Amino acid sequence: MEHFDLALVDWSRAQFALTALYHWIFVPITLGTSFIIAIMETIYVKTGQEIWKRITKFWMTLFGINFAIGVATGIILEFEFGTNWSNYSWFVGDIFGAPLAIEGIMAFFMESTFIAIMFFGWDKVSKGFHLTSSWLVAIGSNLSALWILVANAWMQNPVGMEFNPDTARNEMVDFWQILFSPTAVNKFLHVITSAYTYSALFVIGISAWYLIKNKNLALAKRSMVVASTFGLITSLFMVMTGDESAREVFKVQPMKFAAMEGLYYGETNAPLVAIGVFEKAPTPENPKAKEWAAKIEIPNLLSYMAALDPNAFVPGIHDMVHGNKEQGIVSYYDRIARGKTAIQALADYKTAKKTNDQNKASSSLVTFKENYKDFGYGYYDDPHDLIPNVPLTFYSFHTMVGLGTLFVLIFILTLIYSVKDKITNKRWLLYTALWSIPLGFLAQEAGWMVAEFGRQPWVVQDYMPTLTAVSNIDHTSVIITVLLFTITFTVLLIAEIKIMLKQINGFNDGGH
Amino acid sequence: MKLLKKIFLFYYEGFKGMTVGKKLWFIIFIKLFIMFAILKFFFFPDFLKTKFNSDSERSDYVIEQITSPINNK
Repeated sequence: MEHFDLALVDWSRAQFALTALYHWIFVPITLGTSFIIAIMETIYVKTGQEIWKRITKFWMTLFGINFAIGVATGIILEFEFGTNWSNYSWFVGDIFGAPLAIEGIMAFFMESTFIAIMFFGWDKVSKGFHLTSSWLVAIGSNLSALWILVANAWMQNPVGMEFNPDTARNEMVDFWQILFSPTAVNKFLHVITSAYTYSALFVIGISAWYLIKNKNLALAKRSMVVASTFGLITSLFMVMTGDESAREVFKVQPMKFAAMEGLYYGETNAPLVAIGVFEKAPTPENPKAKEWAAKIEIPNLLSYMAALDPNAFVPGIHDMVHGNKEQGIVSYYDRIARGKTAIQALADYKTAKKTNDQNKASSSLVTFKENYKDFGYGYYDDPHDLIPNVPLTFYSFHTMVGLGTLFVLIFILTLIYSVKDKITNKRWLLYTALWSIPLGFLAQEAGWMVAEFGRQPWVVQDYMPTLTAVSNIDHTSVIITVLLFTITFTVLLIAEIKIMLKQINGFNDGGH
Repeated sequence: MKLLKKIFLFYYEGFKGMTVGKKLWFIIFIKLFIMFAILKFFFFPDFLKTKFNSDSERSDYVIEQITSPINNK
């Protein structure tokens, strides 16, 4: 590990995290509000009531502001792949190339064409054609999200590929296995349903603000019903897909799963820590340190969540580091040894090819292939470096789950009181709905923190650690771009909020 | 030709009739300028493309990088 510039790795990670977090402010609102708008326009087309057209146009304006400010922010991530993460980009190139190319083409043709009709076509095309365009914008933007999420899922669970030791690239051998891996399917469904939930909170929150201010009541009440219904349905799907995702993590990323639950020592009938506060994490010097200052547990639930069996064994961090023969878990010490063998074999293979030593090349290749599944472990000497930040992963996971549960409750209450037309009297609920906008954002980012911090030190699970993925560049330029991004993104975010607030404040639904 | 003219007018009138949109387009242009003319140009060259001329050189370099902990021992 001493051969890698850790300051460069940390700054590159900070830069990528900053860009991704910022990009993700806009994406979920685009993914979800596009559907909410399409539903509202469908009601307008079905009923012919002019108020629904005004409502649709109002939310379309906010959608457009969000889209305009957010568009192309994701391209910066691609710049970073090429400059800061060149080893990684080369290593995964063939896997990422196809999904990202499809995303680019799809995003360009579907979104760009139909968004123009959505915004410019109200009086120029038929109602039916306009409505179709609105639905296609929603479907198109969601489909373009599919491809980048498939690529991310592959990094968490690399399947359908084969490493080519001559080119140092992973080559796709089964496109469908990559597309339909359970990790990819669950990730896509969980991410888009959480984006729908956040969008519903966005609509409910702004509607609640109108109700608090006693203005635009027709828009607010109607929007509240649509968004609450949409939010309730999608948040229930979000809970289901989250549950499935956790089971997938248990299978393919057991260390991340243990970190999510702060489980240092594996056990059967493992309880789920519903709420917990860490005291001190066990270390090699102090392995029996008291982990928790306080916790509330639900018996057997973690075993059930992981394997649908309350008696199942759930491995803890200690089991993976030191191995557990009884449970058939190979220790990280052994995996590090195999990884070093694989790295050495790759180096020997390359040297033998250069010197035209066919026998050595063949035997090195066999050794490499036998040990390749532990390749990435070979970069480490101490297995404890292979443990993610447990408190950060645990708190992020529990923040996401806790807020997700709160959102389901908010949707139930706002729907009930909206249908009964008693929502305006429930000031506490309106304020809760308003505050759920930043809370929804917090839950979104917490979810990504679980996914991305929890998988550390891997950038490609088991094969490539983050520290080998970076380019050999001067970290000063990375620091400068982090500062530039921070300034640019902050200015853009302020611009978005100001333009949106102006639209929200200036809107008049016509007093229906 | 008639269809092309119709499409042109559709976009032309659409952009002309924008209210909030004009401000947004201004922000988009500023953003794209910062991204492509400043960030991409000065800070984000493609590392492997600029340093090497062929894929074979790039492969050799990456293999050297990912096997360096062993080679440097």
